[in-house]
Amino acid sequence: METERLIRTLALDAGHRQRPVGAVLAVALLLAMPVSVALFMSILGMRPDVRTAMHNPFFDLKFVVTMALAITAIVVSLHLARPEASLRGWGWLLLIPVALIALGIGAEMMMPHQRPWLTRLIGNNARACVSAIPLFSLPLLAGALWALRRGAPARPALAGAIAGLLSAGLGATLYASHCTDDSPLFVATWYPLATAMVVAVGAIAGRKLLRY
Amino acid sequence: MRDRDDEWTGLMRSAIAGDAAAYGRLLEAVTPVLRVAARRGLARAGQPVDQSEDIVQDILLAVHLKRHTWDAEAPFAPWLFAIARNKLIDALRRRGRRVFVNIDDFSDVIAGPPAEETVPASEVTSHLSGLPPRQRDVLQSIAVDSESIKDTAKKLAMSEGAVRVALHRGLASLAARLRKE
Repeated sequence: METERLIRTLALDAGHRQRPVGAVLAVALLLAMPVSVALFMSILGMRPDVRTAMHNPFFDLKFVVTMALAITAIVVSLHLARPEASLRGWGWLLLIPVALIALGIGAEMMMPHQRPWLTRLIGNNARACVSAIPLFSLPLLAGALWALRRGAPARPALAGAIAGLLSAGLGATLYASHCTDDSPLFVATWYPLATAMVVAVGAIAGRKLLRY
Repeated sequence: MRDRDDEWTGLMRSAIAGDAAAYGRLLEAVTPVLRVAARRGLARAGQPVDQSEDIVQDILLAVHLKRHTWDAEAPFAPWLFAIARNKLIDALRRRGRRVFVNIDDFSDVIAGPPAEETVPASEVTSHLSGLPPRQRDVLQSIAVDSESIKDTAKKLAMSEGAVRVALHRGLASLAARLRKE
């Protein structure tokens, strides 16, 4: 086929409007969320004392951190969906959740405690945490990758990793309402481990799926 | 260069706003630049430059299918060259070369005339036959036989809307096939 003809053909298809990646990602996450919530409710469910737990600032902090992770990762994901984009100037956004949990650790350190720090760090739910967060994240990761296929990332593996980050943020938000370990030390230890697993899956899948 | 980039950006804005003629003019304007860059990339990798047209077409397809990722507030050229670089690296990799392609390879390229020795690109055409029948027939009619959408619809006993849908899907499947190769 001559290039001239290809150009003429592409111009004939110019009327076809593609939805922006952001809109598709929003739809994909809204569709995947109920799947993850159903998994969460059928396997774990919220902790029974969730109403009293809400008065504990360290319980609430978990949601601030996981939501911050999800939101910043969504923003970075959409940025990276553009072919000329890189992490430069945007990567620092991902440090926001890290800074938040660091502040939480500092705050908790300043409070009088009966339980030693190592006990708080190890907690009672480490195994549940590192298996449940990836599980609840997977439907969201699938949705996010499907949506991001509309993008044109320069580095597909990186884009997939950030998609993993955003789905882990959302998955961890669900899990946080079940978990009775509210210490920022627990959150800073086990949540990142679970997140890293999702990020790895996202990177491997992204390398294949997000090439354009 | 600045004038050229501004002109491209303006054309792309019109194209996004629905001006198909501006879109066609833009693609025609960028093609010679892409061709020179593709030749240069192939030459540096020690590959025969007569394959450049395949790469040019691959880039044009990607530009078309990913144009919604262009930010209308941003200049067009960096976006275009990012896609071109990606496709060139991809093409060289497929030919078994790992090559670092510098962005300067694109930004300082001046449009060259289409060289006589250019072999008509065959990659896109060779993938046509593997498409689902409807997409293949529509693309054959429009892209190869140069028929209009209206005449294609009449010939294939389809509605014009269905032809448009098949055309778009066909282009997307072509790009997917080129990528898998």
